[in-house]
Amino acid sequence: MKDRPSVMDLPDLPKGELPAHLELQRTRVVCAADAPSYTESVQYSGAYMAFGVDNSLRLEDFKKSFKVEVKYINDDDMEFDMIGIDAALANAFRRILLAEVPTMAIEKVFIANNTSVIQDEVLAHRLGMIPIKADPRHFEYKADDENANEKNTIVFKLNVVCTRKGDRVNNASVKSEQLIWLPEGSEMPFDTKTKFTAFGCGQDKLPEFASSPICSQYPDITIAKLRPGQAIELECHAIKGIGKTHAKWSPVATARYRMHPEIVLTEVLEDDLAEELVAKCPAKVFDIEDLGKGRKGVKAARPRDCTLCRECVRGEDWEKRVSLRRLKEHFIFTIESTGSLPPNVLFTEAIKILIDKCQRIIAELS
Amino acid sequence: MASTKEYGAEADDQTASTFSLTEEDHTLGNALRYVLNKDPRVSFVGYSIPHPSEERVNLRLQTTGLPARDVLKDGLQDMMALNDHVRVTFEKAVDDYKTLQGMREMSVGASGRSGASAKSGLTHQTLSTDTK
Repeated sequence: MKDRPSVMDLPDLPKGELPAHLELQRTRVVCAADAPSYTESVQYSGAYMAFGVDNSLRLEDFKKSFKVEVKYINDDDMEFDMIGIDAALANAFRRILLAEVPTMAIEKVFIANNTSVIQDEVLAHRLGMIPIKADPRHFEYKADDENANEKNTIVFKLNVVCTRKGDRVNNASVKSEQLIWLPEGSEMPFDTKTKFTAFGCGQDKLPEFASSPICSQYPDITIAKLRPGQAIELECHAIKGIGKTHAKWSPVATARYRMHPEIVLTEVLEDDLAEELVAKCPAKVFDIEDLGKGRKGVKAARPRDCTLCRECVRGEDWEKRVSLRRLKEHFIFTIESTGSLPPNVLFTEAIKILIDKCQRIIAELS
Repeated sequence: MASTKEYGAEADDQTASTFSLTEEDHTLGNALRYVLNKDPRVSFVGYSIPHPSEERVNLRLQTTGLPARDVLKDGLQDMMALNDHVRVTFEKAVDDYKTLQGMREMSVGASGRSGASAKSGLTHQTLSTDTK
């Protein structure tokens, strides 16, 4: 025990930076074969005070480090990387996208006739799930005691009769394109002058809908199946709502993120081991590398493709050779819109909603 | 009715309060806890949702000296500034991507025109795959 160095002789830790192992714990989730570790993010501003490291968040630093890289956008989907942001905020955006960005969806169905095999309530539920192609920003929320007007309600009618013509059966399946938009409002009840809605003007006269009529986002959704002699006659009222109330108002099919994978080879792997590692990975993340003189090495060429199946760290000694991690502040964010708004607009709407929440609390505190 | 209440501020010491936010959930609660924890003037912050069927978040905030209410307001302002920066950066990234994509499409169109027309090139390709 005598030749053990005294603690006083140990070199000082450098001030103002974290030791490598703490920096690893702070910035990465380490995925071992049995379980991931260091999954939490260190939030407290004074957590690294002993090292002279300030863990507080300054807006200037955030502005310097925060990056967004768009990978692809089309009408329905987008994928982008968000770098330099904590899971707390990324998750807030995701949750708002799922549950708090409004859309229009059918909420009330007035059924005049339904002789199909689908029960009224099931039919009404199916109608509710149909994505409506209408920008929800042009509409207001409808309060329960409020009358339906052109600002808060979209009316559709569906009038289908199934008939037999020779060998052919007409309207054997009712499709979502058969929903007819009624820009002038409700036509029901038929025998009175007072209708279910009180539209001040036709919605097709409004500039935002004049060029793009409201309809179902997809024309080919099957609503019901009919046999000759059966008929459906009904009217649907779509109103504005959020996914928290019912998932039919959710503007996204999914909004998800994952942390960017990082694969580090902690030992130099050559020849047989290199080949074995390439073969182990089902996502084909690794490539054989020519080291010259006929020797083969291995490199993690496509870490983004890693699904974190952890096959590469399974088995004897592999955990020592490969370190599988995820970057805590690098999110691969995917948004799949149901069509009412393009995915990039949905994301900016989500941010605005979070800002509105903050503003509301500030106003209530004052 | 949406309302935010502060408990504990009646005492002489205003540095520790519990704020009760209605009509909020983990979305705001967790994000707010993160932003406040990153503020050096905060000595403790935590939140809880007392019952899952009640839309309420209780946020406990203790500071190193300033009134808790002011620090909470600053935290909310900080979060708004962060969000605004995310929005601006995101919109710029989308715009850049779209202009880049537009430029790529234009260059593809130009190269199509310089040789044979783009349409005949396409039919040629279809034919060649058919013969395989």
